[in-house]
Amino acid sequence: MLMNLFKFKGGVKPPSNKLQSNHLPIAQAPMPSHLVVPLHQSIGGTPQPIVQAGDHVLKGQKIGEADGWISAAVHAPTSGTVLEVGMHVRPHPSGLDSLCVVIEPDGKDEWIARTPIDHKAAAPADVFHHLQQCGIVGLGGAGFPAHGKLTPSKGVAMDELIINGAECEPFITCDDLLMRERADEVVCGIAMFRDLLQPKKVLIGIEDNKPEAIAAMRAAVDAQKEPFSVVAVPTLYPAGGAKQLIRVLTGKEVPGSMRSTADMGVQVFNVGTAYSAWRAVAHGEPLISRILTITGNVHAPRNYEVLIGTPMGELLALAQPHPDTDGILMGGPMMGFLVPNPQVPVVKTTNCLIAHDDRLFPPKAPEMPCIRCGSCAQVCPHELQPFEMYWFSRAKNFGKTQEYNIFDCIECGCCSYVCPSRIPLVQYFRFAKSEIWAREREKNAADQAKTRFEFKQYREEREKADKAEKLAKAAAAQAAKKAAEAAAAAAESSAAPAADGAIAPAVAAPADVPAATVNPEKEAKRATIEAAMARAKAQREAVQPKNTESLTPDQQKAAADIEARRVAAHLIEPEPVAPAPASEKPE
Amino acid sequence: MDILLAIAIMALGAIVLGAALGFAAIKFKVEGDPLVEKIEAILPQTQCGQCGFPGCKPYAEAIVNGEEINKCPPGGAEGVQRLADLLGREVKPLDAEEKPKQIAIIDENTCIGCTLCIQACPVDAIVGAAKQMHTIIAQQCTGCELCLPPCPVECIHMAVIPETIDNWKWKYPVVEITAAPLQKAA
Repeated sequence: MLMNLFKFKGGVKPPSNKLQSNHLPIAQAPMPSHLVVPLHQSIGGTPQPIVQAGDHVLKGQKIGEADGWISAAVHAPTSGTVLEVGMHVRPHPSGLDSLCVVIEPDGKDEWIARTPIDHKAAAPADVFHHLQQCGIVGLGGAGFPAHGKLTPSKGVAMDELIINGAECEPFITCDDLLMRERADEVVCGIAMFRDLLQPKKVLIGIEDNKPEAIAAMRAAVDAQKEPFSVVAVPTLYPAGGAKQLIRVLTGKEVPGSMRSTADMGVQVFNVGTAYSAWRAVAHGEPLISRILTITGNVHAPRNYEVLIGTPMGELLALAQPHPDTDGILMGGPMMGFLVPNPQVPVVKTTNCLIAHDDRLFPPKAPEMPCIRCGSCAQVCPHELQPFEMYWFSRAKNFGKTQEYNIFDCIECGCCSYVCPSRIPLVQYFRFAKSEIWAREREKNAADQAKTRFEFKQYREEREKADKAEKLAKAAAAQAAKKAAEAAAAAAESSAAPAADGAIAPAVAAPADVPAATVNPEKEAKRATIEAAMARAKAQREAVQPKNTESLTPDQQKAAADIEARRVAAHLIEPEPVAPAPASEKPE
Repeated sequence: MDILLAIAIMALGAIVLGAALGFAAIKFKVEGDPLVEKIEAILPQTQCGQCGFPGCKPYAEAIVNGEEINKCPPGGAEGVQRLADLLGREVKPLDAEEKPKQIAIIDENTCIGCTLCIQACPVDAIVGAAKQMHTIIAQQCTGCELCLPPCPVECIHMAVIPETIDNWKWKYPVVEITAAPLQKAA
């Protein structure tokens, strides 16, 4: 089928190194000695563990519950015993630990009851829930939960669904082999995505260095009579980047600021995601294994189907690494990273393990100064200016790096690859990005602290004002009361000697009697204290133990005994029979 | 005659412009000192009082009035640098030891529920009630250490925030070249 293809700017052509591992069929990796399953394997919330050490789990049993909408469940890759739920190193450039479930396989590989779902009959929300519960995430690299991407964007019609089989990174052949051997199920998965998203077109992009995969996919599409177009795209790194593949296949350029390509009416899924989503829907199988390329400095490079959680060292041994192997590279040579030790487990997004040695990856010569040749800008697939971003990252002038759109950088490594001064540009950009994020976090924390501090101050002021107002009111009331009492007393006393004709002075007296005899302020204060004491007394008397009404005589006797002992030991004052004397200090 | 006209024109101009300026002074009056706000945005808002002022805003006001810019330990050397850039003053070494970011932790077995730390916390990051165990909301804690002195049973300690995958940062790729120690000639 003829189709007009577009081009993205830049890109590089590193030696592909794919032939070593793509001539043998996918093999099943043997059961490892133990499995370390990290709970955080996708973008979004960290799933909560729902098993404990000592629990027996079945293959496919859920061990981590999805935390929020953008999160996916985690499952036991085989049947066995949970040894511990603890901190273990996870494949991440930091080499730091995170919460993992360690499972010792029992060798039976016994499945839990699987519940397939008919995606055509079920409501889309139920299908999304099923995919989330099966832990289906994007297998291309970022690990975004698939159900999140399948939810149609509001108000934007879906034009194209793109299936990414480009696999542009050197050395990696897992998607190639998956398409060659399991094309039927991949196409079923694509058809399901099509049913959910209702796009106008479905395009399957495969780099033209994989003719067998293209042929297999075309055959599968024809066999299922689906109107999908399988398109051979020119081999050029990074054609497998989502935005690059969209550009090549549709000519649409996704603006850098746009987080989701769904807002452009395009959605991209990896072929592996389509396959595992189909297994989840049609067979009820959660994502517990994946296809993985083991290559590099080894005797027998090959693709294996491996359980999630298998320690990488055990896998590498299958391919018989040469003795000079000094590390394991996870991912491809352009974007991958060296894992901290061979115990690191395989996760859902691990697509390739490369045995590292100095012959394949010669140590880099020292970094030289930037000569502003502009090679990096010519190869940047996002049309950025890496040399400018480099200067500002190096000078820690992060505001400027953002002006040069550092967050559009996909860290593909083209710039570092071509740099004649061998500057590790991507490392500078990663450093700048993580610094900017850290500052953002600090700024938010500071803002929050400021609002909380200001609110506390406001609240203290308000409480003080309230208290003062209350006291003033009480004092005024007391003063008025005293004045009235004094007036009454004066009236009585004056009424006795002057029975008649002396009413006028008696009426006038209340006005000046209190002022003359007592200091009203002192009087008010004393009255307030007295009132407070009376209130406290009343409160004390009102308090009754709540649990003593329905006691049996035995219990009452026991309680009385205990009370007697406590009194004897001077632990408490003897319970007063009469109300407490009023001389107790007010509360 | 001409001179009178000239004076009249100048006087008229002065009246009109004076009225415009007077109007602008009332209409576009700036509330507060914008410089204080800019300084406050740089200060870390821990409200710890380690600068000797009761909070970040009073210190920001004091800086405007000529106070030194190197008295904020939580802001660190970087904070001093940013203040110096803003105010055009000279960078000075921090007046105290720079500490890694910490949070307070209450030993809940020892806490007697006296509420003194709750009253001391400037950002209301401690929850609890009289005679009930207290605890610190880690996300809200600014690490100001103001809750340490009032505690009668010393059950609060500071702990450095550990590095996790969520707050891990890529390292600066530039390796500083330091002079090798000179080897003494034998």
